[in-house]
Formats: sequence, C-alpha cells, structure tokens
Amino acid sequence: MKTANKTVSAERLVKDALEKAKFFEDYHIFTSLNEEGALKKAREIDAKIKKGEKVGRLAGVPYAMKDNFLSPEGETTAAAHILEGFTAPVTATAIKKLEAEGAIMIGRTNMDAFAHGSSTENSYFGPTSNAFDKKRVAGGSSGGSAVAVALDIVEFATGTDTGGSIRQPASFNGVYGFKPTFGTISRYGVVAMASSTDCIGFFTKAPEDMDLLMSIASGQDPKDLTTLPDYYNIAEADAESDDSRHASSRPSSRGSSLTRSPLVAKCLESSNSCARIGVIKDFDNESVDPEIRQALKKKCDALEKKGHKVVELSMPNLKYALAAYYIIVPAEIASNLSRYDGIRYGFRSNESTDLTALYSNTRSEGFMPENKRRIMIGNFVLSSGFYDAYFLKAAKARTLIIKEYEKAFSKCDFILTPVSPNLAFKIGEKVNDPVSMYLEDVMSVPLNLAGIPGLTIPVGKAKSGLPIGLQLIGPRRSDKSLLEFAKETECSTAA
Amino acid sequence: MEIKCEDVKHLADLSNFSLPDKEIVALQNDLQDIIKYISQLDELDTKNVEPTYQVFEMENVWREDEILPQEADREALLALTKEEKDHQIKVPKVL
Repeated sequence: MKTANKTVSAERLVKDALEKAKFFEDYHIFTSLNEEGALKKAREIDAKIKKGEKVGRLAGVPYAMKDNFLSPEGETTAAAHILEGFTAPVTATAIKKLEAEGAIMIGRTNMDAFAHGSSTENSYFGPTSNAFDKKRVAGGSSGGSAVAVALDIVEFATGTDTGGSIRQPASFNGVYGFKPTFGTISRYGVVAMASSTDCIGFFTKAPEDMDLLMSIASGQDPKDLTTLPDYYNIAEADAESDDSRHASSRPSSRGSSLTRSPLVAKCLESSNSCARIGVIKDFDNESVDPEIRQALKKKCDALEKKGHKVVELSMPNLKYALAAYYIIVPAEIASNLSRYDGIRYGFRSNESTDLTALYSNTRSEGFMPENKRRIMIGNFVLSSGFYDAYFLKAAKARTLIIKEYEKAFSKCDFILTPVSPNLAFKIGEKVNDPVSMYLEDVMSVPLNLAGIPGLTIPVGKAKSGLPIGLQLIGPRRSDKSLLEFAKETECSTAA
Repeated sequence: MEIKCEDVKHLADLSNFSLPDKEIVALQNDLQDIIKYISQLDELDTKNVEPTYQVFEMENVWREDEILPQEADREALLALTKEEKDHQIKVPKVL
C-alpha cells in the first residue's frame, strides 16, 4: 500500500483520489465525498511527517467507506431514504482503528439500501455501474466499494458481508474481497442487518494489503460483545518466531487454542506447502456459467502443478443453504429494522396526525421495496403457526450445513468454489425478480450461516472482458493462514 | 402455501407499513415466489437435529455494572430528532 512520506505527501494522495472519484462520477460510486475532512487529515499527517514524528501503518492512505459505517464525517445513509439527514454522533470501532493508523476516508460508497441486495440497484441513490462495463451491475450490496478499488480511486475500501455482499461485488469487479470469521472485526457503529451473520471486511488489490488491514482491524471490542479475542494477530506473532516476514510486534498473550487450525498450520509450515484443496462436485453443473467452471478447473490444475492436492467433496446439504438463509436473515432483519420509526433520527413523514400513522407512513415512505419484502418475509417466518415450519426448520438446516463443513474440513485445508454462478449481469435484468436475484448468493451464503471466512480471488477475465472470481474458504479462525495461502499461491499461479 | 391479499395486509400491519393497493398486489406476487422458494426446505430431513441460532463460540460475556463514558451525550442524541422541546422529543398525539 502506498503510504505518505517525505517525497509523496498525504495531501497529494488524497487530492489524486478525490480527482479520480470525480472523474468517474457517472458510475455513481459514492453517496457523498469527504473533501474537506480528508484534506484536513492529510495536512495533519504531512505536518507529522515533516516534523519526523511517528505515523501509522496506513499514513495518508485514501480509502472508501461503505455508507453503512457510522462516523460524524458526512451523513450515514445506508443508501436508504429513511436515514436521510442522519449524521452519526459516534464512530465505528473499525473506522477508529483504520484512522488511528493514518488512513483517510475520502468518501462514502453506494450500496443496496440497508445492504439488502446483490447488485447495488436497491439504492435510494440509483445503481452503481460495474468497473468493466457501465451497463452492468457492480454486484452488491457493497458495490460502490468494489468499484472504487477496481477503478484505482482508492487503495482499499470497507464493506459488510451478510451473505456475499463483499465477495460477490469483488468477483464482479476483479478485486480481492474478504469476509472474515464471524466475530473477528467489531461491528460497533455499523448499521445492523442480520446479527448472526453480519461481518465487516475489505476490498483490496492484493492479498498482502488484506492481511495488513485484518491485522489492524481485528480484535475484541468491549462495545461489541460478539467479538472474538484477537486470534488474527496471535497467529501472526506465532509465525513471527520462525518467520521474520511479519512486522507486527504484538505480544502473544493468549492460549494456543485460539490460533489457526493445526491442519492449516502444519500445511503452511512445510516448505513444500502441500495444501489439500477441496472442490465441491455438487456445484459443478449447468447452473454455473461455463467460463467460471473452466476458470475453477484451470486454477485447480495450476495448484496441482504447484504440488497441492485437489480433493473432491460431496456437500449435498449446501443446496438448502440459500432457502435457510432467506428465512433466518429476513427474520433478523425484521427485528433489527423495527428501530427505524422516524422518532429519534433520520427521515420523518410529515403527513401524520397521530403517532401510529407517523410510524407506518415513515416506514412505508422511507424503505425501499426490497427492504419491505425482507421485513415482511421475516415477520411471516416468525409469526405464530409458521415459526416451526420455517424459522425452526431453517435453524436446524443451519446445523446440518455447519456439520457438512466440519466434515469437509476433515478432508481438506481449504475449499475453492465459484463466488456466484454468473458474471456481472445487466442493470435492470434481475431487479424485479427477487428470487432470481437471491440465487446470485447461492454459493456465498453458506459461509455466513457457518460463520467461516472466505476470500474472493480474481482469476482472470471471460471472453466478454468481465472479471471472474473464485472463493477460497477456510475453517473458523483460519483467516490468517487463508490469506497467507492466497499470498503464496497468487504469485505462482497467476496466468 | 398460497399468499392471499389479506395475508399481505396482515404482514404489512405486523411490519408497521401502510401500503397502497398497488404495492400490496406487487408484494403478493413477490412474497408468493419467495415463500415457494424457501419452502424447499421441506425436503430436508431435520429429525433429531438441534437448531443453531448463532455461530459465536462464546457465551455470557460479562462486564462490571458501571456507567462508562459515552461517545455521544444527551445533547448530541437529541440534536438528531426532527422536533425537540424542553429536552424531550416531540411527536404527534398518541391517543
């Protein structure tokens, strides 16, 4: 990552990023730019550099922030009308950590409203264009962030991934996108969607940058009681003792039970690093674009040439993950989004003569159609008479999916699959057909249900010029070794 | 199962939405398609399977029962509302 120094100022880096953001204005990447705030911070960092003071690991690095992160810099809209005019009085923990290292937010990025969607078309501000074809979707829900990195506007961008919202847009735009193990990065100060699957992650151009961002952002937060103790940097500290590549100096204070899986550790310690890569045969069928299937095969061949072993897996229950996901997640959405009532913050409908009407008018006018569908489906699966048939059934299916992954990871170290069945589709093609849009997530949602990490790796382009991405999946808390593996194999298998 | 117009109206009530008829009709079709899709879970045998509600590996995270300094104070929070009077949020009549 290009940081500011004595020859290249932070102000220069920020000005360049802002100029590029404006140049690509018609892609609708940003919901707002943070010009004044960003330049002020850049000058502060430059002053420190001039005085020879210590600056952070991300000094002067411009970044883009998905517009569901809270910070007092600009309005947090979540791309929804109902949050109109909301300037957050608090800052998300992840953002605080990045900025403490000197990163500078130059703008908030477009997304599907409340992160409900797979194309960034469900935005109150209109759709974001794909970096490679303006008539096609950016993917979603973190579409703006993916395109901001793909078009080289910023070095990295933040995202959230509840069912694929980082990995799928990363794949559609040819960049890296990482969804960590559930609980790795604090969610304090991020607009909640589904509390049992929401994860914070990043978009970058290289796995090395992803590793750096993860080492900065992960760790326990007293403000988010669902954060894990910092296993990510502990693994790093362990690796340091026999490998001096890592620059962290954090002490290793926790037990070894929190470090990466012994299987993965063993695999990476071997100098001939012989990982076993699982491919899921149940995903190899006509519903997946032939060029994506070919890319997966090519990648497996390249890995085998490098000495890794490819193992075929049968995971028959994964096909039920999408149905389970679209029960569990709407149920959590219905609960989380009941807080938007127009009373304490955001948009309030003017038409109401009594309080009940104020609630319902505000919510009807303020939510996008997809928000309404999900809230209503959530209330349906939770309502009496349907709870057992839908919500309880889905929670049991979730157990079966988790067990299927556990079994798979007893046979392999990582799993490699497509990210989604299709390449970037045309704007307008699926937006009026919710089920066909949901099917975009069929390969990404199982990870969220199981809480395991996944990295989108760009592997080349289709004949049409659209990027193809594959998804490298590891067991819980294998995040560090997963990124290490991506780093090692990328340089050796690049086409 | 079939989703009727009344079902959509009931769900709209549960969700605190007041929707025009046109939107009800569109939602009826969409919800029908979604429910048809998620109903494929019926095929899955879940006999004797325990449900999973969360994938976090820890439970009962405790802290001392003390008030910690807050990032946003009362003034900052009240400033977010549309109408405020005497340090209270003003809303239309309740009854």
